[in-house]
Amino acid sequence: MNTRQMRYGPLPVENVDVAVIGGGVVGAAVARALSAYELSVALVEARADVGDGTSKANTAILHTGFDAKPGTLESRLVRRGCELLAGYAAETGIPVERTGAVLVAWTEEELAALPGLAAKAAENGYERCEIVGSEEVYRQVPALAPGALGGLTVPDESIICPWTTTLAFATEALSRGARLLFNTRVEGVENAGGDGGTVLRTSRGTLRAGWVVNAAGLGSDVIDGLFGHRRFTVTPRRGELFVFDKLARPMVNRIVLPVPSSRGKGVLVSPTIYGNVMLGPTAEDRDDRTDTSTSEDGFAFLLEKGRKLMPALLEEEVTASYAGLRAATEHGDYQVFMDAGRRYLVLGGIRSTGLTSAMAVAEHALGLLGEAGLRLDAKATLPAPPRMPNIGEAFPRPYQRADLIAGDPAYGTAVCFCERVTEGEIRDALASPIPPADIDGLRRRTRALMGRCQGFFCGAEVEGRLRAGIARESGENGDTDQTGEAQ
Amino acid sequence: MSGTNGVTPDVTTETPDVAVVGAGPSGLTAARELAALGLDVLVLDRERQAGGIPRHSDHTGYGLRDLRRVMNGPAYARLLVDRAAEAGARVRTSAMVTGWAGERSLDVTTPEGRIRVDARAVVLATGARERPRTARLVPGDRPPGVMNTGQLQNLVHLHHREVGTRAVIVGAELVSWSAALTLREAGCRTVLMTTAHPHAESYAAFSVPGRAVLRVPVATRTRVVRIVGHHAVEAVEVEDLATGARRTVPCDTVIFTGDWIPDHELARAAGLDLDPGSKGPLVDNALRTSRPGVFAVGNLIHPVDTADIAALDGRHVARHVRDYLAGVLPQGAGIPLRAEAPFTWVSPGLVRPGAGTPPRERILLWSAESRPVARVTVTQDGRRIARRTLPWPVSPGRVFRVPSSMLSAADPRGGPITIALA
Ligand SMILES: Cc1cc2nc3c(=O)[nH]c(=O)nc-3n(C[C@H](O)[C@H](O)[C@H](O)COP(=O)(O)OP(=O)(O)OC[C@H]3O[C@@H](n4cnc5c(N)ncnc54)[C@H](O)[C@@H]3O)c2cc1C
Ligand SMILES: Cc1cc2nc3c(=O)[nH]c(=O)nc-3n(C[C@H](O)[C@H](O)[C@H](O)COP(=O)(O)OP(=O)(O)OC[C@H]3O[C@@H](n4cnc5c(N)ncnc54)[C@H](O)[C@@H]3O)c2cc1C
Repeated sequence: MNTRQMRYGPLPVENVDVAVIGGGVVGAAVARALSAYELSVALVEARADVGDGTSKANTAILHTGFDAKPGTLESRLVRRGCELLAGYAAETGIPVERTGAVLVAWTEEELAALPGLAAKAAENGYERCEIVGSEEVYRQVPALAPGALGGLTVPDESIICPWTTTLAFATEALSRGARLLFNTRVEGVENAGGDGGTVLRTSRGTLRAGWVVNAAGLGSDVIDGLFGHRRFTVTPRRGELFVFDKLARPMVNRIVLPVPSSRGKGVLVSPTIYGNVMLGPTAEDRDDRTDTSTSEDGFAFLLEKGRKLMPALLEEEVTASYAGLRAATEHGDYQVFMDAGRRYLVLGGIRSTGLTSAMAVAEHALGLLGEAGLRLDAKATLPAPPRMPNIGEAFPRPYQRADLIAGDPAYGTAVCFCERVTEGEIRDALASPIPPADIDGLRRRTRALMGRCQGFFCGAEVEGRLRAGIARESGENGDTDQTGEAQ
Repeated sequence: MSGTNGVTPDVTTETPDVAVVGAGPSGLTAARELAALGLDVLVLDRERQAGGIPRHSDHTGYGLRDLRRVMNGPAYARLLVDRAAEAGARVRTSAMVTGWAGERSLDVTTPEGRIRVDARAVVLATGARERPRTARLVPGDRPPGVMNTGQLQNLVHLHHREVGTRAVIVGAELVSWSAALTLREAGCRTVLMTTAHPHAESYAAFSVPGRAVLRVPVATRTRVVRIVGHHAVEAVEVEDLATGARRTVPCDTVIFTGDWIPDHELARAAGLDLDPGSKGPLVDNALRTSRPGVFAVGNLIHPVDTADIAALDGRHVARHVRDYLAGVLPQGAGIPLRAEAPFTWVSPGLVRPGAGTPPRERILLWSAESRPVARVTVTQDGRRIARRTLPWPVSPGRVFRVPSSMLSAADPRGGPITIALA
C-alpha cells in the first residue's frame, strides 16, 4: 500500500475481515495484534495520522497501576499493559525511562491516606510501594517546596514516549499487512453483523467489514450509538499542561505525584522523556469533543499549583503548553463490550490510562473476538518488529554518535537546534513507512520544532523540508524548497 | 539512565587559541580582531551560513557604529564573514556546540563528525531570541501561523514563502517594525500592533525606511489574551488593560516580537554566574564571565541591542582575551552593578577596577517603562557618586545608555553600585 493511498483518494480496499475504528494508541495496538493472524485488517482513522487525538496529548507515564481501583478491568489491563509495553519498548526502541515516582503528602489528612494507598497498591498486585518520611522525600526531590510531610514511593513508575508508542504499533501493523486508512471518518453503519459484512459509510467511501472494533476514543459512544447501543456517554475531560524548559530538568529526576482525590489523579510534576519537565494536568469537564484549546483559567490554576509544589520550576521558561481530552464516562471503568450478534466490539471510556494499557486491551480484545467466533489462525511468519528512531534522552541521540555521523554526515547536521534534530532524522521520518502528514506529525516523529525557540531559528527550514518531503511522497512537483538558504 | 548520555569515543580534537561560539556580528567581529592579533581563532556556528540574525533581516539599518556606513542585513553579514576570514579566522558553519567537555573545551556536532574543541579561551556569542507565544503564556488554540519575527524573516527572506494576508503584531519595538516591513514585503497587511505600554516604544531614533508609509494601527495598553482558530489562525482576542474590555480581531497570522531572552544554554550548562535581570551570563567591563578564560559578547549579554553594538563588543573583548592568554588580565573582585526599577537589567553587571572601561564607554540598561526625561543617579554605599540628566529619553524596547564616566568616582573597594532614575 503506498502512502498516498493511506491518506487520499477513494479507499484502496472495499472488504476486510476486521475494521478497527480509531487510530489512537488503543486502535493501533489492536490492529497490530489482529494482523498477526490470517485476517485482512483495516485501521480506520478520521484524522490524517495515527495518534493525533488524545494519544498525543497526555502525561506520558507508563503506570504500574498502583492506584487503580482494585478489581476493575482497568486495574487488570493497566498492570498487564505496563508489563507488555515495557517489553515491547525494549524490543522496538520506544524511548522509556524508569524514573520512579514519589507521591507527596502535604497535609495530615494526606499523610494518613498513605497506608491505605500502599494497601491498595498491593491489592492491585504492586508490592514495591514504600512509605517514607519527609527527609527522604526531599532527598529524592530537593527542589520541592517546603512543607511536605511524607510520601509514598513507587519505584517502577516510568516515563515513555507516547508518539513513538502509537507509531510503533501502527508501523508493525502495516508491516504485517494491515491497511491504514487515514482521513477516513466513519459516518454511518448499516447491516451491522449481517451477511456480506457490516457496511461502514466513511468520508472516503464505503468499507465492508466482517467484524468491527470500535476504538474511537472520544467518539466511541457515537460509534456505539451507530450500532444501536446506548451504554455510556463520553464527556471530554480537559487536561492542560505546561512543559518547562530543559534547563529545569535537573530539578526533577522522578515523577512527583499528589495524593489522588475524588477528582482524579491531580496535578503532577514529571520529567519528560525528551528532557523537559511537565506540570499538569488540570481536570475540567467540557462539552466540545474537539476543543483542545488551552485557557486562562487553566494556566492560572497550573501556575498556582506549580508555585505551591516547586517554586523554582516557575523561574524557568515555559517551552510548550497543550491540552488533552480524556474520554471520561459516567462509569468508573473501561467500557468494553462484545456484541457477538453484530460482530462488534467496543473499547470505550479508556480515560486516563490507555497509553499504558493499550497492549493489554488489544490482548483482551483478541480474546473476546475469538470467543465470539472470529477465526484466529496465526500467520506462519511475521516480519521482525520495527526498530524505532530514538527521540528520547535516555540513550545517545544521532547528533551525539560519532559512529552514525561517520557513516552518514546527515546525522551530524543539526537542523532543529534546540532539540538537536538532524537532517538525517528528518529525512528518515519523511521516508518512513508512515510518513508525517503535517508539521505536527513531523514533530511527533523527530521532536523538530518542539524546543524552546518554537521555530524562531529553524521553523522555516523544517517546514521547507516537510513540504519537499510530502511533495516527493505524493509524486507532486511541489515546492522543492529544501536547500533552504541557498542564496 | 542519563549517565549513558555520553559521547561516543572516536572524536577529533581541535586546539585553537580561541574558540568563538556564534558567527553573528559580535562573534565575527571578535574573531576578526583576535585573528588580527595573531591568534589562532576558530568560529563555530550551527547555521549553514555564518552571519547571525542579519542574514535574514533584509532591510537597511546595519553597520552604522561599527563600520560607519549603513547597509542591509544580508550584505552586512557577508561583509563581516569576509572580514573575519581575511584576518585569518577560521569560520566553521554547520557546527553546533552541544555542550562542554571541560573548562574551555567544547563538544561540537558537524557533518564531518563529532569534534572536541580544546581552546585556551572561549568567547560565547550565541545571541538572543524572542520569547515565543508559549513562553508568554498566551492560551487558546495552537494553529500554525503564529510565530516570532525570526521565523517570519527566515520564511520570507531565505525561503521565499508566503505568509497570510492579515497579521497582528504583538509588541511595538524596533524589531516589531522590522516585522511589519517584512510582512508588507510578503503582501501581508498588519491590521494591528499591540503593546502593553502607553506609547509605541520605538520612534524616530531608528531609521526604519518606509515606516511612515506602513501606517500600522497601534493599540497601546493592550495585550493579546487568546488565539482562536483550530487549523489556521482566525482571530486574536485583545484586552484593553485599562478597562478590561475584550475584542476579537480577525487575522490569519500572529507575530510575537521582542521580549528577548538570551540564548544562554551553554552559559547555563557551564554553570556560569547569571545576571538575574537579563538572564545572560554575568560579565565585567572586560566581558569576562565567572569562569576564567570564558568571555561573552553581543546580545547574549544585552538582549537586545543593535548589531553594531554587538559587533563593537567583539572588538572590545579581543584585547582582554589576548591579555588573558598572556596572563596579564587584571584579577581581583568585581563590584556588582545594579539597576533599580524601571530598569530590568544592566550590562555589564560587574565593574572590575583596573580592567578599563566597558565597550564604547557605555553602561547598557533596559527599561520596563518610558521616561521622557532621564535623570540618572549613581550611588554606592549610600553615597551619591554621580547625577546627570541625559539628553536621550528612557523607553522600553530599546537599550538606554549611560556613560561609564558616571562610575568613575566609585570606590574600588566599595560595595555594589546602583543606577537609578530620579
Ligand atoms: C491529560 C491526559 C493525561 C493522560 N496521562 C496518561 C498517562 O500518563 N498514562 C497513560 O497511560 N494514559 C494517560 N492518559 C490517557 C491516554 O492518553 C488515553 O487513555 C489514550 O490515549 C486513549 O487512546 P485511544 O486510542 O482510546 O483514544 P484516542 O487517542 O483519542 O484515539 C481515538 C481515535 O479515534 C478517532 N476517531 C474518533 N471518531 C472517529 C470516527 N467516527 N471515524 C474514524 N475515526 C474516529 C480519533 O480521530 C482518534 O484518533 C492521559 C490522558 C489525558 C487527556
Ligand atoms: C528582526 C530583527 C531586525 C533587526 N534589525 C536590526 C537593524 O536594522 N539594525 C541593527 O543594527 N540591528 C538589528 N537587529 C539586531 C541585530 O540583528 C542583533 O543585534 C545582532 O544580530 C546581534 O548579534 P550577535 O552576534 O549578538 O547575535 P546573533 O546575530 O544572534 O548571532 C548568534 C549566532 O550564534 C549562533 N549560535 C548560537 N548558539 C550556538 C551553538 N550552540 N553552536 C553554534 N552556534 C551557535 C547562531 O547560529 C547565530 O548565528 C535586528 C534583529 C532582529 C531579530
